[in-house]
Amino acid sequence: MNLRTNVIKVGMADMNVCKSPHILTTLGLGSCVGIVLYDPVTKVSGLAHIMLPDSTQIKNNSNQAKFADTGVKKLIRDMVHIGANEKRLIAKLAGGAQMFSFNTTNDLMRIGDRNVAASKKILGEQGIRILAQDTGKNYGRTIEFYSDNGELLIKTMGKEKKVI
Amino acid sequence: MFFEDINNYQLDVLKELGNIGAGNATTALSQMIDKKIDMGIPQVNIVEFKDLADVLGGAENPVVGILLNVEGNINGMMMFVLEQHSAHNLVNLLMNRDINAFEDFSEMDLSAIKEIGNIISGAYLSSLSALTNLKIISSVPYMAIDMAGAILSVPAIEFGKVGDRALLIQTDFGEGQNKVYGYFILIPDIDSYKTILESLGVSLEP
Repeated sequence: MNLRTNVIKVGMADMNVCKSPHILTTLGLGSCVGIVLYDPVTKVSGLAHIMLPDSTQIKNNSNQAKFADTGVKKLIRDMVHIGANEKRLIAKLAGGAQMFSFNTTNDLMRIGDRNVAASKKILGEQGIRILAQDTGKNYGRTIEFYSDNGELLIKTMGKEKKVI
Repeated sequence: MFFEDINNYQLDVLKELGNIGAGNATTALSQMIDKKIDMGIPQVNIVEFKDLADVLGGAENPVVGILLNVEGNINGMMMFVLEQHSAHNLVNLLMNRDINAFEDFSEMDLSAIKEIGNIISGAYLSSLSALTNLKIISSVPYMAIDMAGAILSVPAIEFGKVGDRALLIQTDFGEGQNKVYGYFILIPDIDSYKTILESLGVSLEP
């Protein structure tokens, strides 16, 4: 058995899955949302870095990891494939910031909020409980998920690290 | 899948627009600070999202982003991004200070950076407007300092609605050793790309 811990990077509009003891990370989340799914028994973990709320609103929707709806579904499939039990999955969310303080009511500009709302909606539909979240506000986040203990570490510029 | 489908000729037209815009922006800056500023040849690239932040030194590298919303005959956003080091150089160039003093930005510096971003972006947009004969109106500037990945997520999401790549124009300017590297990201919505290219007599049919 390989006991070395790998840090697996997940880019924008990308996703990945792993087993314990590996670490999933995504750097500099802004208005995108990092969706972590976790099976606490098998410790199978998944992270999706989604950019947009809804694949049905966009013509070019072939990249499933780009959208909250298709991203969560694919992440569940990929995790089940390597041994997760779908019924046990729990979720943690981070990101969905509004990076620029627009003084507008234009819905288009509130993409961070919409990404968070869409992520919660799809998780609800799939019957997955959200255990913790650090979303919204106006700053970027780097996140690291530790599959051995289910902790999500959140790093921001000029603020204390925190674990959710 | 706009940038996936675009042909070389259409890409060349977009690149040339980028060149002219960046040139005008540099001229505007030069006039404002009343100094001769050297400008490198702008590089225009189509970059995949996952590589976008690497251009700016990695997703966690602190950058300054200045964003304007664009309306009129075209809709979208315009963003000017500077690495923190370049932002310092720019402020020092403007305030005539010791170029080696990289202390934290003061309120005054932040305000100056925002205004420079506004002027540079405005010059870029007015050259685009003059070339295409399109009415282009920009909003007040919005500024944020944060990790490159987080700042770039805003234009990336806009590009994300039409494809998986972004059009990035890299310029460098400055005097002597005190170079400022800046990046323009123009993000018209998909219909506006068509409007821009058609206004220049470029057909969108392959």
